[in-house]
Amino acid sequence: MKLRITNYELRIIKSVLNLCLSVFICGLISSAFAQSDGSQQNQTGKAGTFAITNARIVTVSGAVIENGTIVISDGKIAAVGANVTVPGGAQRIDAAGLSVYPGMIDAGTNMGLAEVGQGAPATIDVAETGDYNANAKAMLGVNPHSSHINVTRVNGITTVLSIPQGGIISGQAAVINLNGSTQNDMAVVPTFGLMVNFPRITLGGGGFNPFAQAAPIDFGEAVKRRDQRIEDLKKLFRDAENYAKAQDAYAKDKSLPAPAIDLKMAALAPYVRGERPVIFTAERERDIRGAARFIADTKVKGIILGGQEAWKVADELKKNNIAVIYTNIYNLPVRDDDAYDYLFEAPAKMAQAGVRFCISTGDSGAEVRDLPYHAGLAGAFGLSKDEALKAVTLYPAQILGVADRLGSIEQGKIANLVVADGDFLEPRTNVKYVFIGGRLIPLTSRHTELFESFKDRK
Amino acid sequence: MKKATVFLLLISINLISLKLASAQSKNEILIRNATVMTAAKGTLENTDILIQNGKIARIGKNLKAASNAQTIDATGKFVTPGIVDCHSHTMMDAVNEFSYSVTSMTRIRDVLNPTDIAIYRGLAGGVTAANLLHGSANAIGGQNSTVKFKYGKPVEDFVIADAPPGIKFALGENPKRTNFNPAPGQTPRYPRTRMGVLEVIRDAFIRARDYKKDWDDFRAKRTTVQPRRDLELDPLVEVIEGKRLVHAHGYRSDEHLNLMLLADEFGFRVATLQHALEAYKIAPEIAKRGTAASIFADSWSYKLEAYDSIPYNGYILWKNGVNVSINSDSNERMRRLNLDAAKMMKYGGVPEEESLKMITLNPAKQLGIDKRTGSIETGKDADIVIWTAHPFSVYARPDLTMIEGEIYFDRSKDIAKRAELQKEREALEKLDVNRAPGSGGTPPARPSEHRQEDLDEADGGNR
Repeated sequence: MKLRITNYELRIIKSVLNLCLSVFICGLISSAFAQSDGSQQNQTGKAGTFAITNARIVTVSGAVIENGTIVISDGKIAAVGANVTVPGGAQRIDAAGLSVYPGMIDAGTNMGLAEVGQGAPATIDVAETGDYNANAKAMLGVNPHSSHINVTRVNGITTVLSIPQGGIISGQAAVINLNGSTQNDMAVVPTFGLMVNFPRITLGGGGFNPFAQAAPIDFGEAVKRRDQRIEDLKKLFRDAENYAKAQDAYAKDKSLPAPAIDLKMAALAPYVRGERPVIFTAERERDIRGAARFIADTKVKGIILGGQEAWKVADELKKNNIAVIYTNIYNLPVRDDDAYDYLFEAPAKMAQAGVRFCISTGDSGAEVRDLPYHAGLAGAFGLSKDEALKAVTLYPAQILGVADRLGSIEQGKIANLVVADGDFLEPRTNVKYVFIGGRLIPLTSRHTELFESFKDRK
Repeated sequence: MKKATVFLLLISINLISLKLASAQSKNEILIRNATVMTAAKGTLENTDILIQNGKIARIGKNLKAASNAQTIDATGKFVTPGIVDCHSHTMMDAVNEFSYSVTSMTRIRDVLNPTDIAIYRGLAGGVTAANLLHGSANAIGGQNSTVKFKYGKPVEDFVIADAPPGIKFALGENPKRTNFNPAPGQTPRYPRTRMGVLEVIRDAFIRARDYKKDWDDFRAKRTTVQPRRDLELDPLVEVIEGKRLVHAHGYRSDEHLNLMLLADEFGFRVATLQHALEAYKIAPEIAKRGTAASIFADSWSYKLEAYDSIPYNGYILWKNGVNVSINSDSNERMRRLNLDAAKMMKYGGVPEEESLKMITLNPAKQLGIDKRTGSIETGKDADIVIWTAHPFSVYARPDLTMIEGEIYFDRSKDIAKRAELQKEREALEKLDVNRAPGSGGTPPARPSEHRQEDLDEADGGNR
């Protein structure tokens, strides 16, 4: 049973508590408070064995099954096909006239790290201070009870990459499912990738303060500064490699002098060794080219985030097996003389050039629910509908290294599934059921709750 | 330097091509066999639209046009009225006069830049008219300008001459300016609280009422001394007299309600509540006054006072009989207002035509320009968009956008021009003045990136 306590009652209870002598009793009552907010925040859904029947199944990895069944048990897709036997005791969902899709994946968000953009700085955990923060882990900042999470998942997005930003090395990004009461419940790959803002030519100054004067620096100086930062980054990567070698050597041979633990170096080690990807933020051709060269030189596993002009660097990207997380559908072209659809048609151009890519909102959290429309708009400008769908399901799963578990409807994969009444990428389509990790998720959010509270007010 | 050169050349090319377009415009245009979504009288299949002298002359099946008429085959395509964006800062060289809390003397008309590339990009998204508003830095901001996006024309052609004038008001975080630290040595401006914001507005209207009385007395010859003109109070007198529309930026429902109560007291009606992301909490009070709401479809959480915003806002307001429009407040979002309208069907279930009205006829009504634009009806300006598919489909894009029968965006022509522009760009980049530093050229001017998602924000205001 949930307690509902009004502010007035709270005040009374608090005054009683002030008199309370027993620490034990205080603890007991405050734990009752923790459960008493009555919101959607702990609605993690219902586990069980489910069968979605009579469904049009868009597997994404294979052909569409026009009339099929999906069985979900133990959090996984137990069976999928046109002739699947429904196990006894399974809860049936008749999906006649509906389509089932794999949950969408947004590979570039700050989900859970940024609740309220302005006016509530205490809710922002996106950027650490300083330029080099390899040891900052998004997984430890994600708020499992952020209201953005429910708002996002009820529109069919079930997995995201949550990334820290800021500085040159921002920290480590986490692949999370949008369900769970704890960070651990949500984690799919808790330390997936290292975020690096690839150094670029910046001419200084600016910001949003209208009274602050920009202090532009000389262009030549800016180029030098960029080059120096890239060299610094390379040196840091080499140092991290050496650090890891020293630690390894000591692990094998304890007679060696013990090298001091350095958290930043230790954090970098798996990335500079190519065990996990480094995600470079880069937009313009020059910067993407630079990042590709850096990846080739340092032999890291590279991904580009942003990627406005990645299609112009197709050869280098392909040669070095670099994929692109494209975040620029809801952005204006930078130059006045860029074509009006310059950023809308970039995914089609990447597809044509054979660059591996996925489409992401690049949003801090609140608007991640628009992911299908980002993909759909790319579809309006040259990308096939099929590729547009893949760009928010299978392709991000592949780029995030989780395609064995997510991104398509196949037996054995995690049951992140969405049942919808039309084309998944269309704004008029309604989501009818969402499963995350095999749990049937309630279609409620901060928004539906406020709607219910006020819709009939006279 | 480099950028300026490229830009000027582009402008001159655009002007030339648009001159060609306008040479044809006096002829008749016949749009044939389209699915016409009128935003007034339903959706008409296999329908023709005949345009004469920039006006919609006839709508029907198998219409005949003069032999020299330009015919556009729209088979398989959708036609809608041009989109009207009821909250925009496009083509404005300045957004906020920050200095005072009442800046009603300032005029957006004075800072319009008709060469802003964002206009063209808006046209490519189907936008044909916009309410250009002062920013939200002041409790009472500047005078608006209602324009049509006649890109390539002189600035005076943009301004809709017979549109009623308006003015921007702002409530909450932005006029409080508590989201922004004053520069070192700068005194914080009054007001600092919601209490102060409302008092600033009340004080201004009391002064305006007294000032109006002075003029009324003078005109009625009760006094012989002519009052000194006050450019701050003139527009507020027009508000009291119902001659100037108040567009009131705000988020929290209590603030918007307080402003409407203040307006009741001074005897005017607030024309639109802008943003109004909590308007669903006070829908009956808004409906009762005949005030309209111009909202975002579903933006939320980007600031504290947007935390209670819900995408069902439009539906609840519509159900209560409030005139609702969906605006962009953004050069970026402006390009996809059709999808924002589609979201009204998704969240709550606003009917299709009512959703379409929220980006066409409703904003036209809010701006007092619905006699000329906002729907496809005979006698109205031919402000028309031809879409490749149903405009609420994410796969749809405009093929052609016209204003008063003149084509301002034509995708096929846009694409045809690209190779030529690319060549020109390359040639310009090779010029000595444009060569990179260190290779003998002059260093380029500092580029100004037009990437702000929200101009108001870049100017210190934020929506």
